[in-house]
Amino acid sequence: MTWISIIISGIVTYFSRMAMVALIDREMLGTKVKEVLNYVPAAVFPAIIFPGVFFNDFGIIVEITDPKIYGAIVALVVGFYSRSVIATIVSGLLSYWFIIFFLLR
Amino acid sequence: MLSKSKIFFKGTVAVLPHMLSVIPFGIITGAIGVELGFDPILVYATSLIIFGGASQIIFMQLLSGGASSLVAITSVGVINSRHLLYGAVLSEYLEKLSFIKKLIISYFIVDQGFAESNKYIQQNKNLSNPHYYVLGTGVTLWFCWQLSTISGIILGSFIPEELGLKFAIPLTFLAIIVNDLRKLDHVFVMLVSGFASLILFDAPFKSYIILSPIIALIAAFIMLRLKK
Repeated sequence: MTWISIIISGIVTYFSRMAMVALIDREMLGTKVKEVLNYVPAAVFPAIIFPGVFFNDFGIIVEITDPKIYGAIVALVVGFYSRSVIATIVSGLLSYWFIIFFLLR
Repeated sequence: MLSKSKIFFKGTVAVLPHMLSVIPFGIITGAIGVELGFDPILVYATSLIIFGGASQIIFMQLLSGGASSLVAITSVGVINSRHLLYGAVLSEYLEKLSFIKKLIISYFIVDQGFAESNKYIQQNKNLSNPHYYVLGTGVTLWFCWQLSTISGIILGSFIPEELGLKFAIPLTFLAIIVNDLRKLDHVFVMLVSGFASLILFDAPFKSYIILSPIIALIAAFIMLRLKK
């Protein structure tokens, strides 16, 4: 039963990856839709970032003093000025670790 | 003109920084599956067949918690439906490929790969073979994901939990969009999506992952309308 569930889940997931690439003709999308598609990264990724920063493992909203919030702010500032993916991630992690291992000890 | 292998390699290099979050996440996914009591082969099968981090964890957690297969499959479908949006964007660059090539490349469409490809191809509009860039990002992420889940399955979660490496996941995605903070219209769409995700977080089947982007895109549509 679990195997069947994995296979169906796999098919569903593959379909979501393939449908727009292989089955839809781009001519079918109007210019307005194409314009809106420019915002896909801006529309999708905050929905992963915000809960990752503002909720804890138990799905409860964190307090304003939570280290993740400060880590995210540092990453945001460093990323904005450096334009570097690696600097964004590393600065966020390092500042987060600095808080949890040094300041909160 | 860049050769195909060079374009592929550029894609590989572009996603390397994201390994900081992908590898620990893969290890955690493999380790959680085994901890939940699933057969190691089965845990690995989720990486090969489903190939979508968060959805694999939710899938195994639901099944081990006694949820029905239907609930587990629905959750995977809802979480992964965001790929429809990636596909819609990438289809512009993959339009000229044969149907078979489209089918193959689709399997490798992943969050970070999509984001880096989209960024690069938009900056290099007259790139001759953009699909090699997409493949370079996707295949690289695929290999790292397979290897890291396998090591999580075999070795357990050997990365200490105190490190809180889960925090690397929002950071990866922050790194992807941080450059767009220079554009006010994008910032507006991001804020709509972010706040929507906080409000809808408890919606069934983790549907905030797709509902928030849809709300944000509707907001974008309205914004474009008002601008004119």
